[in-house]
Amino acid sequence: MSGLDSLYQELILDHAKHPHGTPLAGETGRVARSHQHNPMCGDDVTVQARVSADGTRLLDVTWSGSGCSISQASASMLAALIDDDAGESGVARERVTALIDGFREALRSRGRLPLDEETYADAAALSGVSKYSARVKCAMLAWVALEDAVARA
Amino acid sequence: MTVPAAAPDLAVQRLRADFPILRTEVNGHPLVYLDSAATSQKPRQVLDAELDFLTQHNAAVHRGAHTTAAEATDLFEDARAAVAGFVGATPDELVWTSGATMGLNLIAYAIGNASQMGRRAGGRFALRPSDEIVVTVAEHHANLLPWQELAARTGAVLRHIPVHDDGTLDLNAARDIIGERTRVLAFSHVSNVLGLVNPVADLVELARAAGALTVLDACQSAPHLPLDLPALGVDLAVFSGHKMLGPYGIGGLYGHAEVLDDLPPFLTGGSMISTVTLDHAEYLPPPHKFEAGTQPVGPAIGLAAAVRYLDAVGMDAVAAHERIVAERMRDGLREIDGIRLLGDAPGAERVGLWSFEVEGVHAHDAGQYLDARGIAVRVGHHCAAPLHRRFGVAASVRASTALYTTHAEVDMFLDGVRGIRAYFGAGS
Repeated sequence: MSGLDSLYQELILDHAKHPHGTPLAGETGRVARSHQHNPMCGDDVTVQARVSADGTRLLDVTWSGSGCSISQASASMLAALIDDDAGESGVARERVTALIDGFREALRSRGRLPLDEETYADAAALSGVSKYSARVKCAMLAWVALEDAVARA
Repeated sequence: MTVPAAAPDLAVQRLRADFPILRTEVNGHPLVYLDSAATSQKPRQVLDAELDFLTQHNAAVHRGAHTTAAEATDLFEDARAAVAGFVGATPDELVWTSGATMGLNLIAYAIGNASQMGRRAGGRFALRPSDEIVVTVAEHHANLLPWQELAARTGAVLRHIPVHDDGTLDLNAARDIIGERTRVLAFSHVSNVLGLVNPVADLVELARAAGALTVLDACQSAPHLPLDLPALGVDLAVFSGHKMLGPYGIGGLYGHAEVLDDLPPFLTGGSMISTVTLDHAEYLPPPHKFEAGTQPVGPAIGLAAAVRYLDAVGMDAVAAHERIVAERMRDGLREIDGIRLLGDAPGAERVGLWSFEVEGVHAHDAGQYLDARGIAVRVGHHCAAPLHRRFGVAASVRASTALYTTHAEVDMFLDGVRGIRAYFGAGS
C-alpha cells in the first residue's frame, strides 16, 4: 500500500462520502455542544452529545461540519463508535474521556501506537494519520469538540 | 512589454544547480517546489555569503574601532546599498527589518506614536478619530491586522476596497472610498492569493489627491518583477528577504526620504541615537532612526547576495520566464475538469501564482495527493481569510513559481492535478 493509500484508506473515504451521525440532532433533553475550528485550513465542526438526566452517561453523538476528508471521516467514525458503545443505556462519561485520551495519544505518536480495532472500530483506520503531523489536527477536530462538550455537560 | 518566446537568456537548468534542495527527493519523487510565494529556496551564494561573513568578518557593526568591526560595518552598509539599489532606492531610504510583517507594524506603530503626540508634535502622520485608513479586501493578514489595531488605538476608521469577481481591484469603488478623510492607503503590489498586479499608479494618484500616505506591500513583486519603488511613487514599502532567495529574519522597509525624516521611531534603544541624557534622546537620521538594537547583520549580507544573484540573472528575464511558466500553468489548469481558478482575469498583468479550488475535494486533501508525488503546494487561506470569504472558499490550493521553476515541473504538477478528483471519487 502506498503512503497515500495508507492515509486515505477505503474506509476513510467511505465515511467522508457517506458520513454517520450528521446532521446535528435537535436540542431535546440534556445536550452539550461544542464548536471547533481549525484556522489553518478552515475545517469546522460542531459536535453535540445527548446526555442522561443525571449527566453520567452519553446517549448519542451527532455533528455537522465541513472540511477535508480526514476531518469528516473522523467525525463520522467518532459518532459511530459512541453510538455503538452507547446502545440503549448510554456510555459512561469516563469511558468517553478515556477513548478520546487514547485516540489523542495514538495520533500524536508519529506512527508508533496503532489504534486498536477492538476498541476503536472503524476509527482505528485513522492510525495512518499519525505519520502525517500536518494532518493530526484534522483527525482530532471532532474528538476535541466532543471532549469539550463532555466537559461542559 | 513583449514576451520573449522562451526567455533563452534565463538558463534555468544551469541556475538550478545553485539550489541544492531542488535536487532532493520527497516521497520517492524529485521535489517539485511550487510554494515559493510562501518562502523561496536559497542559492548557495546566499548561504556562502552569510558563512563567509560569520567565519571571516563577524564583529559588531557601527561600534568599536577595531579592524574587524570596520570590515563588518562596511559589509553591512554595502549590503544596504545593494538591497536599496535593487528596489531603485538610495541607501538612506532603506531600513532593515526582520521581514514585511515587522515593516508594516513599524509603520503602523510609528503612525500610532505620531498620533499620541497630537497633530502638532506628531506632524502630518497623526491620526484622529474619523480619519480613515484604507486597505483592500485582498490583503495578506500582515497588511490588515496592523491597520485594524492602529484604527482601534486612534479611533480612525478602517475601510476596504472591494475586488471584482475576476479578482481585479474595483477602482470605481476605490474612487468613492479614497477621499479627504483618507490618511493612509495600504495595499499589496501583487496579491499573494490571486497573483494579480494591482494598479499602483491609479491608487497612488487617488491617494495623492487625497493627501494620504501610501504603503505598499511588495512581498510578492520583489522576487518576480523589476521593482523601482521611487518610480512607483509610493511613500513607504516593505518586502521580505526569505521570499526573494534571501535568509529568514531579514527584510526591507523603503521610505521616501521626507517621509522617513518626519516619521517618529517605533522601537527605541541602542544604535539609533545621536545624544542621550537621562530624560531625553535625539535620534539619528533615517534609516538608523528605525534600527534600534543589534541588527541581523548576517542575514542582511545574505539578502544582499540574493539581490545580486537576482540582478545577475536579470529581473526582466525572471519576469519573462515566470510569465511563460504561469501561462503554461493556467492553460493546463483551465483544461482540467472541476478546477476553479481564483483571479483568472483576462489579460491581467500577473506573476507565476495560481490559487484554485478542486470541485468536490478539500484543498488539504488535494495538497496531500500532490505531496505524495513530491509536489509542494500551499493549501489553506494563505493568510488572506477575508479574500477567501469574498470568493466563498474555505481553503484553496496555491501553486507559485520562482525563477527556478521549469516547464517540466509545471507539467508534472498538471499531471498530478489531473488525478486528484478521480482519487477522491469526486464527480463520479
